Amino acid sequence: MKVLVPVKRVLDYNLKVRVKPDGSGVDLSNLKMSINPFCEIAIEEAVRMKEGGGGHAKDAATEVIAVSIGPEQAQETLRNALAIGADRGILVKAEGEVEPLAVAKLLKAVIDAEKPDLVILGKQAIDDDNNATAQMLAALLDWPQATFASKIVLGAGKASVTREVDGGLQTIDVELPAIISTDLRLNEPRYASLPNIMKAKKKPIDVKTPADLGVDVAPRLKTIKTAEPGKRQAGIKVKSAAELVGKLKEAGVI
Amino acid sequence: MAVLVIAEHDNTSVKDSTNKVVTAAKAMGGDVDVLVAGANASAAAAAAAKIDGVRKVLHADGATLAKQMAEPLEALIVPLMANYDAVLFPATTTGKNAAPRVAAKLDVMQVSGVIGVEGADTFVRPIYAGNAIITVQDTQAKKVITVQATAFKAAGNGGSAAVETTAAPSGPFKAAFVSEEMAKSDRPELTAAKRVVSGGRALGSSEEFHKVLDPLADKLGAAVGASRAAVDAGYAPNDYQVGQTGKVVAPELYVAVGISGAIQHLAGMKDSKVIVAINKDEDAPIFQVADYGLVADYKTAIPELMDELGKAGV
Repeated sequence: MKVLVPVKRVLDYNLKVRVKPDGSGVDLSNLKMSINPFCEIAIEEAVRMKEGGGGHAKDAATEVIAVSIGPEQAQETLRNALAIGADRGILVKAEGEVEPLAVAKLLKAVIDAEKPDLVILGKQAIDDDNNATAQMLAALLDWPQATFASKIVLGAGKASVTREVDGGLQTIDVELPAIISTDLRLNEPRYASLPNIMKAKKKPIDVKTPADLGVDVAPRLKTIKTAEPGKRQAGIKVKSAAELVGKLKEAGVI
Repeated sequence: MAVLVIAEHDNTSVKDSTNKVVTAAKAMGGDVDVLVAGANASAAAAAAAKIDGVRKVLHADGATLAKQMAEPLEALIVPLMANYDAVLFPATTTGKNAAPRVAAKLDVMQVSGVIGVEGADTFVRPIYAGNAIITVQDTQAKKVITVQATAFKAAGNGGSAAVETTAAPSGPFKAAFVSEEMAKSDRPELTAAKRVVSGGRALGSSEEFHKVLDPLADKLGAAVGASRAAVDAGYAPNDYQVGQTGKVVAPELYVAVGISGAIQHLAGMKDSKVIVAINKDEDAPIFQVADYGLVADYKTAIPELMDELGKAGV
């Protein structure tokens, strides 16, 4: 089974987000960029399907292909995926913001050529927080989808996926080929070992452009302004539970 | 302009989030219809018809819609969009699952997790876990939008719209429901609760978490939430998680016990009306957003608080 995993390069999740003073966007200059955490979980799961881990039979996946859409530097994100254990990478070079709809179209073109049996994506990127690419890709391909996965059990021609939904867990069966998006609890990604980081440098990365794939990536939405969130004023410190209850009564919330 | 709101419901009643999304839809101007897609959901359709400002309710009923899965919702909603300029989904796991599928079929980029409507085509939404807020203009002919319901006031229930039946999709579909395990609780649902009591890593164990927070929540009639750190440590189930990667809540009263206040947690609760923080570390970031901070060990503070609430007749 061939598994394809798209990965996104985003601002490292440990870093503080700063809005540019002129409101034109978020300042990313000279900041560390990393693989989107949900995408890292997706790569880890695909590699476990190959190695035989996380409840998967060894060689359940025969090949794991990582795909990234982004600037030249997204090669680093692909190397990261290759160090975790993906076999080869595909970079679709695109500068600036590429919206989930355009990403889904680019991925569809890659999938039409690669014909994977399973595509695993992160449920959302921690920069634009859209939570849309996996579902859009499934629609464009007319494939079934299992989003927000916390457990994947592969079967003959299908996957049983446990999904994290409001109020609990839901298990569904999807026919393959299918789209799965990962939630936080699916697995804990490994730290890539130094030998694997070295090995990853020799793995092939194929570079394409949106034009090669025949996709128009012009944004559909226009961001008019970017602002800091409204700051909440710090209130007061109370000295005791009695004083706290008094204040809550005054505020009319108890 | 005509806007279709996708109802959040359990086949018998309509969730409050539907009323809130109707408010967001009305802010865009034009007519607002509500779609109730379910199985044996006549009661929910009747409830939706009572929401103020709704022109009519579309009711699609069939076995394929029992679990409101993405594929049948797409098959149902995409053809309906011939009659609408925009479709609004509550940003629940059901809405987030289906909306992008509808958008892609319509060749539309979706506007996700909207917290403000500034006009027919201008919307406000958070990015970077709420660390930045963007205003976006969507001039596409059809608009697909998910709405963070907690950011809007609920429309009232004094209306009497007509209910129209529309056919449910027949399938077959390539995804099939197998089972579900829903957390059972007598407490209010986290995202709809007027009061929320949340615990953090400081609670130290699952046993302690429940021993300390459950009685307080019961006394206040509150839902119980948790920080991601507490969930990751196994002290609380995953569906308790309040934060950007969990649930976004905006109750009248939010009590954070032993929560340090990581950015990701604040993103999920900072719109609460009154925030109380109880933490023994006076430098904890949670105090920067709390209306009332009590620097104390929860072990002594919570029993005292229980006593004082009792004395105050709560």
